[in-house]
Amino acid sequence: MSGGDADWPLWEVFVRPRRGLAHTHAGSLHAPDAELALRNARDLFTRRGEGVSLWVVPAAAVTASSPDERDPFFRPAADKPYRHPTFYEVPEGVRHL
Amino acid sequence: MTAPALTESEREAALALGDDALILSHRLAEWAGHAPVLEEEVALANLALDLLGQARALLSLAGDEDELAFRRDARDFRNLQLVEQPNGDFAHTVVRQLFHATWQELLYAQLAAGGGPFAAIAAHAAPETRYHRDHAVTWTLRLGDGTAESHARTGRAVRALWRFTGELFEPVPGLAGTDPGGLRAAWTERVTETLRAATLPVPEAPPPPTAWSAGGGRRGIHTEPFGRLLAEMQHLHRSHPGAAW
Amino acid sequence: MGTAVSAEPERARAEDFERTIAADERIEPRDWMPDAYRATLIRQIAQHAHSEIIGMQPEANWITRAPSLRRKAILIAKVQDEAGHGLYLYGAAETLGASRAELLGKLHTGRHKYSSIFNYPTLTWADVGAIGWLVDGAAITNQVPLCRCSYGPYARAMVRICKEESFHQRQGYELLHALARGTGAQRAMAQDAVDRWWWPSLMMFGPPDDASPRTAQSMAWKIKRHTNDELRQRFVDICVPQAEALGLTLPDRDLRWNEERGHWDFGAVDWDEFRAVLAGEGPCNEQRLDQRRRAHEEGAWVREAAAAYAAKHPAGAAR
Repeated sequence: MSGGDADWPLWEVFVRPRRGLAHTHAGSLHAPDAELALRNARDLFTRRGEGVSLWVVPAAAVTASSPDERDPFFRPAADKPYRHPTFYEVPEGVRHL
Repeated sequence: MTAPALTESEREAALALGDDALILSHRLAEWAGHAPVLEEEVALANLALDLLGQARALLSLAGDEDELAFRRDARDFRNLQLVEQPNGDFAHTVVRQLFHATWQELLYAQLAAGGGPFAAIAAHAAPETRYHRDHAVTWTLRLGDGTAESHARTGRAVRALWRFTGELFEPVPGLAGTDPGGLRAAWTERVTETLRAATLPVPEAPPPPTAWSAGGGRRGIHTEPFGRLLAEMQHLHRSHPGAAW
Repeated sequence: MGTAVSAEPERARAEDFERTIAADERIEPRDWMPDAYRATLIRQIAQHAHSEIIGMQPEANWITRAPSLRRKAILIAKVQDEAGHGLYLYGAAETLGASRAELLGKLHTGRHKYSSIFNYPTLTWADVGAIGWLVDGAAITNQVPLCRCSYGPYARAMVRICKEESFHQRQGYELLHALARGTGAQRAMAQDAVDRWWWPSLMMFGPPDDASPRTAQSMAWKIKRHTNDELRQRFVDICVPQAEALGLTLPDRDLRWNEERGHWDFGAVDWDEFRAVLAGEGPCNEQRLDQRRRAHEEGAWVREAAAAYAAKHPAGAAR
């Protein structure tokens, strides 16, 4: 089997669905370089008008948190309810707070 | 939207541009299931669909789109010989796209600005056409300046298709307000720039339309493969006269 | 990643996996998962992806002969979607560590299967309609539950695919409806297509439950949500009234409403035919795989050229 695909790196694609919204991850694709990655992303992920802006990022450039560490990594944030407005009692009748 | 009444020469022009789009779309759609990489299946189909949309709009200006697409004989088609050329390898398809899309982008900009019967369609198609050229340039660079094999294949495609480019600049009477001379100069400059950047040899200026070479498409003179294209495209429709689909 | 916490023992990870499944939460790419879960998913997603791209061929066979420009545009868009869906699915498989090149290699060398439905030929224009109505209909019946599959990337790809495919079945039904209301020849064409595609469509749900050894494990892992027979019955129940509305008949003398079960009874599927086509003896097995291999091999120089260009112009913005 002649090669080729193996040399085309993987890119992660992020689409901004419309103005005012953030780019969200849509999927991935293969492309030899950034220019073609962008064009392929346009054809693959926005052919029904799903986007107004695209990012393509080499998959190898993503640094991710380890799923093994998800407890120690994220648990410290779970026990600080004072960061949320619902933690506080508001005296009856007070509005716009 | 009611179609504006066209003069006879404008109707001829609608057929010319409509047939260009129809036949090139047909050729691009032949790639379905054969593209060199899956991403390109999606890209080529997008090009085909854009062109088919343009064809339907233009042919509908001239009459019934299906009647015109499926019930005319080869001598009555007005498309450029360039667009009917078989796909060949991917390099041939890319070079055919480069030649056509560069021309179409320039022409449609003139038409959109001109305010004639084709202005609305040309304005709608302009972003599509820009993307088609962008796609063609992107690939011409990669094929021309890729490997020795891709360079050789793309050079062959340029040589094979160049003879069909003279016809791009033959004036079409119904396209008032367009400037074939200016088109020719701008086209030559852009194509030359792309071919150079792709490290490909640049042929002499496009052959003049008076030379034999290609140049008869607008008069209904086509190349041999065109008859077979039509036979395939039309046979089912023609086999059931009067049927609705 | 080499911190102390990653030394968490295997058993705790397995329990975590089971807990996630039990809570109906999704497994994500870098989570620990049992090898067999990973292997099952790779096999299933790859087979699904292969089916999408091989499935382009029988319909693409009619693009150049579509009898109206409207139908031609619809068909190009549909076949294009199938390439897109193949790409979404190869992408999902990639998150499990199976590269597309490797999976395509397995398809091209016959080590991976694709849905055997695509080994039947499209002989007339009506087949395009029958594929949309019946084959895509069966596929959607299979796929909708996969949107809740336990593996996140697969479930997300399926959400996207199901959304896009909603037009696929409808255009097929509309196409057949136009033929059924058309000339005598068109009507005959439509009935003939339904006659040929009905039984292969029922086979798409896979072997009966008592002959489907992997179903139990896949259901426990929430990769699969319903058995083959449940989905097949659901499909038959949906199709019978739709066929009536078309004025076409389904080629099964045993088809009758069962008041007690609240379902349509239907005849026996020819599982010998299913196994034969799966084993490579279908009318188009060779042809489909040949075309796929040829496209890949003839495209090698293009892929190599683009890779060479990228190496020469690392900024990726040569213009």
